[in-house]
Amino acid sequence: MATKEIKVALLGNPNTGKTSVFNALTGLNQKVGNYPGITVEKKIGFCKLGNGTTAKILDLPGTYSLNTTSLDESIAVEILLNKKGEYFPDVAIVVAEVENLKRNLLLFSQIKDLGIPTVLVINMADRMQKNGISLDVESLSKELGTKVILSSVRNNSGISEIKQSIEDIDAISTDSFLDITEVSPEYFERLKKLFPQEDPYKLWLVTTQDVNFTEIDKNQQAQVNDITTTVDLRRYQHKETVLRYKKINASLKKAYLKDPTKATSLKAKIDSVLTHKVWGYLIFFAILFLIFQVIYDWSNYPMDLIDGFFASASNWVSKTLPSGMFTNLIAEGILAGIGGIVIFIPQIAFLFLFISILEESGYMSRVVFLMDKLMRPFGLSGKSVVPLMSGTACAIPAIMASRTIENWKERLITILVIPFTTCSARLPVYLIIISIVIPEGSFMFISYQAFTLMALYILGFGVSILSAWILHKILKIKTKSFFVMEMPGYKMPQAKNVGITVLEKTKSFVFGAGKIILAISVILWFLGSYGLSEDFKNAEKNVDEKIASNGFSDFNKTFISSNIQNYELSLRDSVRTKVYHINNQDIQDSLAIKRNDLIAVAKEDELAGYKLEHSFMGQMGKAFEPLVKPLGYDWKIGIAVLASFAAREVFVGTLATIYSVGSGGEEEETIKERLAAEVHPSTQKPVFNFASGISILLFYAFAMQCMSTLAIVKRETNTWKWPMLQLAIMTGFAYLVALIAYQFLK
Amino acid sequence: MVTTAANLRKGQKGIITEFPNEGFPLKLMEMGCLPGNTVELVQVAPFNDPIYINVGDSHIAIRRSLAETIVLELIED
Ligand SMILES: Nc1nc2c(ncn2[C@@H]2O[C@H](COP(=O)(O)OP(=O)(O)OP(=O)(O)O)[C@@H](O)[C@H]2O)c(=O)[nH]1
Ligand SMILES: [Mg+2]
Repeated sequence: MATKEIKVALLGNPNTGKTSVFNALTGLNQKVGNYPGITVEKKIGFCKLGNGTTAKILDLPGTYSLNTTSLDESIAVEILLNKKGEYFPDVAIVVAEVENLKRNLLLFSQIKDLGIPTVLVINMADRMQKNGISLDVESLSKELGTKVILSSVRNNSGISEIKQSIEDIDAISTDSFLDITEVSPEYFERLKKLFPQEDPYKLWLVTTQDVNFTEIDKNQQAQVNDITTTVDLRRYQHKETVLRYKKINASLKKAYLKDPTKATSLKAKIDSVLTHKVWGYLIFFAILFLIFQVIYDWSNYPMDLIDGFFASASNWVSKTLPSGMFTNLIAEGILAGIGGIVIFIPQIAFLFLFISILEESGYMSRVVFLMDKLMRPFGLSGKSVVPLMSGTACAIPAIMASRTIENWKERLITILVIPFTTCSARLPVYLIIISIVIPEGSFMFISYQAFTLMALYILGFGVSILSAWILHKILKIKTKSFFVMEMPGYKMPQAKNVGITVLEKTKSFVFGAGKIILAISVILWFLGSYGLSEDFKNAEKNVDEKIASNGFSDFNKTFISSNIQNYELSLRDSVRTKVYHINNQDIQDSLAIKRNDLIAVAKEDELAGYKLEHSFMGQMGKAFEPLVKPLGYDWKIGIAVLASFAAREVFVGTLATIYSVGSGGEEEETIKERLAAEVHPSTQKPVFNFASGISILLFYAFAMQCMSTLAIVKRETNTWKWPMLQLAIMTGFAYLVALIAYQFLK
Repeated sequence: MVTTAANLRKGQKGIITEFPNEGFPLKLMEMGCLPGNTVELVQVAPFNDPIYINVGDSHIAIRRSLAETIVLELIED
């Protein structure tokens, strides 16, 4: 047989394990989680079958029925209804969950009625015993007239049977489950007269759906609408549902038994604590708090290691490779820039670890339940909380996650305010600035630094809520919809799922940001190392002259004198304790040599600083400086802020590159030390002080500095209007707040 | 006794008799909230809204306003 491709669609209620099945079949690692609505767009993968054919597998967002109420659901339905579409499946695999089998069969019955060969996979078989469920697959298969497979992706059972069933699609009957005309014989009679060719169930779906599909054109559709009223249609729809359940109950009667006493006791017990009026909130906030403490405290050790590693790597490169342009590029441009991103891996990984554990356990739905009432006055829904929380990882999946919100106004507001929540890209900026400008030490158990970090997260969340409220008042959008949230059972998070999520997300953070950083640091290194101005060309001469006439800068003067003093003290100490046996003349000589070394370092430092200032970058930065000066930034920070509009995470890497280009010293320095040591050339005061630090923190908290987010907002709202407004308003607001803060604190 | 899902106390059950509201969401019916099925109130959220019910095969949270349109015959025990 020639190799042909079978198109397979994975369908089913939300949270039944479709993506888990998809991953098992295709070997891919799509995100899985115990929350209805983890998958919000279609994903494609391939699977080799035994007989040499390839199956093209489509993972789809979950849906409760073919009558959809939210965007993620309608993605699946549109594919099923569009017979000519690229993704229309040859076989539909409905993944059902053993605990809610009855409800899952409703969707199954609808899909079967479309005339698509349909296989029923009943997943999570491992949970049957605990819930007192027994199932007779044989007889159910007969009752439903299709292949039924019992599977447990957790235990890796049933997967090969699923593959086999795809091979055998020809054996699957395409008979319909329900004769739709039973709903109202008289109505369907009339419908049939209008369209004798069409299948009545499909006609019925076109009539009741907004999804446009099939051969029926607008004109004809109007005719269909003419033969009945919407009230009647609704009644028919209700009746259809009742009929379907009747038939489903009949089919399940013998095959499926559930011991009601066993079923929900544990779930109920956990729920009565986690959704308790008082405990519920306390636990929620305690969890959030724990996350911050851990992110801050535990990551310090690996971070210091990484920071030190990159500093010595950069040092090693400049010492080992022949000196020249290429070495400089690696040591100062690339290594410094990459170090500025790799250092944050521990924190990012911890953040994803927590989010993914919360999702896998089933806790997220409880958060939705707890928060719904609180969110409503702000024009949001409880379901907005999950996007807002996952916004702490990254705004892009968060905006996608808002697809589960049924109400368009609530969804739009959620999308618009998500970028205020503190995404992982802001974390590097916060961490480094906090570690420089906020003192160490702690009050009770809470370190000041961890507290500041948490305050920034709360601030981000607070501002997003506040702007939601304002939008809620301004936006005049009428929508009619209702809120319904399924509460899945609790599950022990599976190490493999959590691990994969953490790994994949961290990888994409590092590589996504890494690419941009690499590009930007190379560009910055070039701009900072070269210049065309007269001053740049005559740098050496000018610096020599300056030193000859004015001496070294104050900073370097103290640098030299304090180093000499220390050196002399330790030398004399060594002589006194008889480590060295040298006379006074030797000491003087050795001091002179040391002094010369220090002078050379200081000179090189001033030269590098001078060159940087007159390089291309210096000139650009100087032109840009008046704009950022009121915020307390020098032109170097200005450059980093400007570069951050591509993506925030480049801030630290950019500064690291700029400072390392601008320092001529031999000393190996970590990023943190470099930033902390940076001083204003005129005043010799630290560049990163409390006032400018807070101003940077606030600017990054509010500014819209992420091109990818803008692109996603455009895609999800279908217009440039919203992303452009976000860019202008958020950045303007950030500027204002940073300005006020700096002017107050300085 | 006839009441609505919104008036249940925690742990109380009732059998759905009708949805007087013409526009009762189809989605809820499809999730198992059908006449003849039993509704049990599992939890009430802080501030009394939304409520968390177990109906048909589904554990779902719905807002109080919607629960008011689900008419039940209370099961006394
Ligand atoms: N106990 C058990 N849990 C499973 C099994 N298969 C999947 N799960 C878990 O069920 C949850 C949902 O799995 P997903 O694969 O994300 O489900 P989905 O149908 O793709 O969900 P949506 O994309 O949200 O519609 C996850 O927490 C999985 O770890 C299984 O066989 N047994
Ligand atoms: Mg999925």
